[in-house]
Amino acid sequence: MEIVKGISMILILVGCFFFATGTIGFLRFPDFYSRMHATGKGDTLAVLIALVGLSIYHAAYHGAILDSIKIVVVAVFVFLANPTATHAISRAAFRCGVKPWTREGSK
Amino acid sequence: MTGVNDMMTKQSDDVIVKTLSRLLIPFMQIYALYVIAHGHYSPGGGFQGGVILGASIILLVITYGLDNALRKMSEKLNTILCSTGVFIYAGIGVLCLILGGNFLDYAELDQILHVGIAQARSLGILGVEVGVGVTVMAAMISIFLDIATGGLPSKEKNIQGKRA
Repeated sequence: MEIVKGISMILILVGCFFFATGTIGFLRFPDFYSRMHATGKGDTLAVLIALVGLSIYHAAYHGAILDSIKIVVVAVFVFLANPTATHAISRAAFRCGVKPWTREGSK
Repeated sequence: MTGVNDMMTKQSDDVIVKTLSRLLIPFMQIYALYVIAHGHYSPGGGFQGGVILGASIILLVITYGLDNALRKMSEKLNTILCSTGVFIYAGIGVLCLILGGNFLDYAELDQILHVGIAQARSLGILGVEVGVGVTVMAAMISIFLDIATGGLPSKEKNIQGKRA
C-alpha cells in the first residue's frame, strides 16, 4: 500500500512540475506561437500524468474502481481535445497574419 | 476579405479538427445526458447538461459549416424544442396543481404513477430537468445562430430552396 501511495505521489508531483514549466513558458516566451507550444504540450502531459496518479490513489485507498475509470476517461478526453484546440487556435492566428518571432525582427 | 457569414457557412478544411469533432461530438452528447440524468445527487442538472448539448451542436456549426449543421438541427426544430422544454416544465407543475397539491409538488404525482411518494418525487425532478435541459440547449443554439448569421433569418430558406 505504501508503494502505491508513493507511486501516485510521484506521478502527481511530476504533473505539477510540467504544469509549472508550461506556465513559465507561457509567461516568458516571446511570441504567440511559442506560447501556444508551451501550454499545449506542457499542460496536456501534466493533466495526463496527474490524473493517472489521482486515479491510482483513488482506486487503492477508496476502492471505487468506477470513479477511477471516470478520471481516466477525463484524462483521455483532455489528451484528445487539448492539442486539437491548440492546433486550431494556432492555425487561426497564422491565417489572420500573426508574424512568428525571429531574432532579426525582435529589435 | 471574406465576411463573417461566408466563413461560417463554409466548412473547415482542417482534417484534424474535423476528425476530432466527428469523434467527440457523440461522446459529448452522451455525457450531457449523463449530467442531466444524475442531477439529483451529483453536480450538474438540467442547465449544465443543456449547455453541454448546445455546445456539441455549436462545435458542429464551427467545424462542418452552418449549412450542414442546419440540415441536422434546423431553426424551426430549434424553436419548437425551445418551447417544448418550457411546456414540459410548466406541464409537470400544473399537473401537480391539478392533482391537488402546490405548483411543482411532486408528491402528488404518486396518484397517477403508483410508485410511492419518494420515487414519484425523483421522477418528477427528472422530468423537470429534462424540460430545462431541452430549453437551455435550444436557447444556446438560437443565440449562437443569431450571432453567426448576423440575425438574418434568410439562411434556412436558401438551403430549402437549394434542396427543392
